[in-house]
Amino acid sequence: MTTPTSLAPPSGAGTRVRRMLAAARWLTTPLLPEDYLALVNPLWSADDPRGRVEAVRHEAPGAATVEIRPGPDWRGHRPGQWVKIGVDVGGVRHWRTFSLSSPPRRDGLITITVKATPDGVVSRHLVRDVLPGTIVRLSAAEGDFTLPERVPERLLFLTAGSGITPVMAMLRDGVDGDVVHVHSARTPRDVIFGTELRELPVTLHERHTAASGRFKLAELDELCPDWRERDTWACGPSEMLDDIEAHWRDAGASDRLRVERFKPPVLAAGGEGGRVRFTASGVETDADGATPLLTAGEDAGALLPSGCRMGICYSCVGRLASGRVRDLRTGEVHGEEGHLIQTCVSAAAGPVEIDL
Amino acid sequence: MSTDHLTRADYEAIERELDALREEIVADRGDRDAAYIHRVIRWQRGLEIGGRALLMASSLPPAWLAGTATLSVAKILENMEIGHNVMHGQWDWMRDPKIHSTTWEWDNVSPAEQWKHSHNFVHHTYTNVIGKDNDVGYGILRVSPEQPWHWAYLPQPLVNAVLAMFFEYGVALHDLEIDKIREGTNDPEETRAKLREIGRKIRRQWGKDYLAFPLLSGPQFVSTLAANFTANAVRNVWAHTIIFCGHFPGDVEVFEEERLEGETKGEWYVRQLLGSANISGGRLFHLMTGNLSHQIEHHLFPDLPSNRYAEIAPRVRALCEKYDLPYHSGSLSQQVTSTWKKIFRYALPGPRRSAPSPSSTPSVPEPAAA
Repeated sequence: MTTPTSLAPPSGAGTRVRRMLAAARWLTTPLLPEDYLALVNPLWSADDPRGRVEAVRHEAPGAATVEIRPGPDWRGHRPGQWVKIGVDVGGVRHWRTFSLSSPPRRDGLITITVKATPDGVVSRHLVRDVLPGTIVRLSAAEGDFTLPERVPERLLFLTAGSGITPVMAMLRDGVDGDVVHVHSARTPRDVIFGTELRELPVTLHERHTAASGRFKLAELDELCPDWRERDTWACGPSEMLDDIEAHWRDAGASDRLRVERFKPPVLAAGGEGGRVRFTASGVETDADGATPLLTAGEDAGALLPSGCRMGICYSCVGRLASGRVRDLRTGEVHGEEGHLIQTCVSAAAGPVEIDL
Repeated sequence: MSTDHLTRADYEAIERELDALREEIVADRGDRDAAYIHRVIRWQRGLEIGGRALLMASSLPPAWLAGTATLSVAKILENMEIGHNVMHGQWDWMRDPKIHSTTWEWDNVSPAEQWKHSHNFVHHTYTNVIGKDNDVGYGILRVSPEQPWHWAYLPQPLVNAVLAMFFEYGVALHDLEIDKIREGTNDPEETRAKLREIGRKIRRQWGKDYLAFPLLSGPQFVSTLAANFTANAVRNVWAHTIIFCGHFPGDVEVFEEERLEGETKGEWYVRQLLGSANISGGRLFHLMTGNLSHQIEHHLFPDLPSNRYAEIAPRVRALCEKYDLPYHSGSLSQQVTSTWKKIFRYALPGPRRSAPSPSSTPSVPEPAAA
């Protein structure tokens, strides 16, 4: 791991610093030393890891690359991995997952490449509005859509649209040998990293779907006759990956295939009521769209925290594990995984899981 | 009662209007509000560091004075504009785990978890209902003729002065519900667990203010300790003063337990209006009170961001005029004088209660608050 700032106290300085910080907690209780250190440098946080946006570069229509300097606790990543990034939009924290489009770099920066989607609160913000200097929250890199230690002789990459991003990190890291890459985008202009891709020592087949239609897997036999023997990495829209998985299965080559799916935040349709599961107790019940989750849970025998039962005291909040809820005061349907919701004024809008 | 003239339709209209006001602010919350709380937190932490740094030279009287004053201001901001309001969930909508009602712990001896129960739930739900809201006299003072007199209330002016000095300890013990302990109706196991938690919090707070920082200032141990004690006391007296002005001055009303039966949301709103009092002042004053100077707005909408209370105050006042309801407000000196008058007056028996007011609110079969 490279540590860009030598000033950074929590990093690598060993047990003495750690012991000093533990002692410093006696000075900062009930807060942490880093809550004060953040006044000097907001990146000095181990408890709430952050990064600073250094630059935003236009890549293609509606797509941009965001360069981020991670804090000193960043543990590095392997090309192909993803991070969760927490961005404040309109004062509200939103978390999204992005593949890193950079390999580990000497300057310590990481990059994500984002394509703005029409109702993407976060993607639109990152492509259009975010300014250098903005602090974002950053999880550790995860994922096993990566090249093995010993890179195979012959590789095949199948990508479409922004599915290029994790593969780009691998290509930029330097892939030797015999590499075939089939990439689909609407038009030549829409190819993210187009110029750079075309210069790489890789057999690149660009498919421009607006002119030539969608790429059919049957065409592979012609473009890359030995695809069954190649270790393959595929990333793109879900339907494409489903097709690829079926195709490889039929060819008995599934063990050579690795896929990465970009899962959009699942927004269940705002139905009326639904199955409610309280994950701590395992209690499950059917609730209608007018009954507070708290009442539904209690009626089903779950022991739940509660207070005012009118939405003012926040004694009853629980973490939403899945699904969406309706605020019974405003009628608004809201919620994503990880949000804390008030069970006394929220009803199920479709199936719901709550960590209570 | 000042509500005898209200009809059932009035209550319903008040409920609709206040709900709409809340929704309007909720829909408008955004960057401006987030920037506000981030700015207050940065200032507060900066002031705290500045105060503590000055006190590293606490043996010099000017440094002692400046350091103590700065630290007092920092502690007041931390407890009132930040801690109290964050723990109310006013900033939960930002979904920042560092500024969230479920994670915040404040800089005084009262554990956040217990305070949230006694304050957010008990006090804000049952505001000014005698026998339900333990904030009516905090279980040790008689602040209303509706509370039966007992000889133990005689020394209450003195008790209140001591309570002001050590207010954070009063707040810490509040959730133990002294009344229940006195009656023996508490759960001893629960009381012990709460006491252990309070003990842990006191150890950490004392460790910081009365041991670690004094030690850090070397030979100035005693003067730094004295400065930290003074800053805590200043914060305590200020918080006590502001909080007592919230529900005790002048014509602020208290209620009988029967009123809660079948109370609608509209009636709940009106009870909050009648049971709270504002303090007038400038922007800096409102900030230093944690915007509890807008006690009425805070009680109507405990979870709206505090920076919005000043904005909606004129509209709440207009609503009170429209429905001919009192909007209790006065200067700090008026409210303090009025509160202390009551503390002195009700130390003594009487006055005889006026005939119990018949339940003036229409009984509505089901609670509106779903």
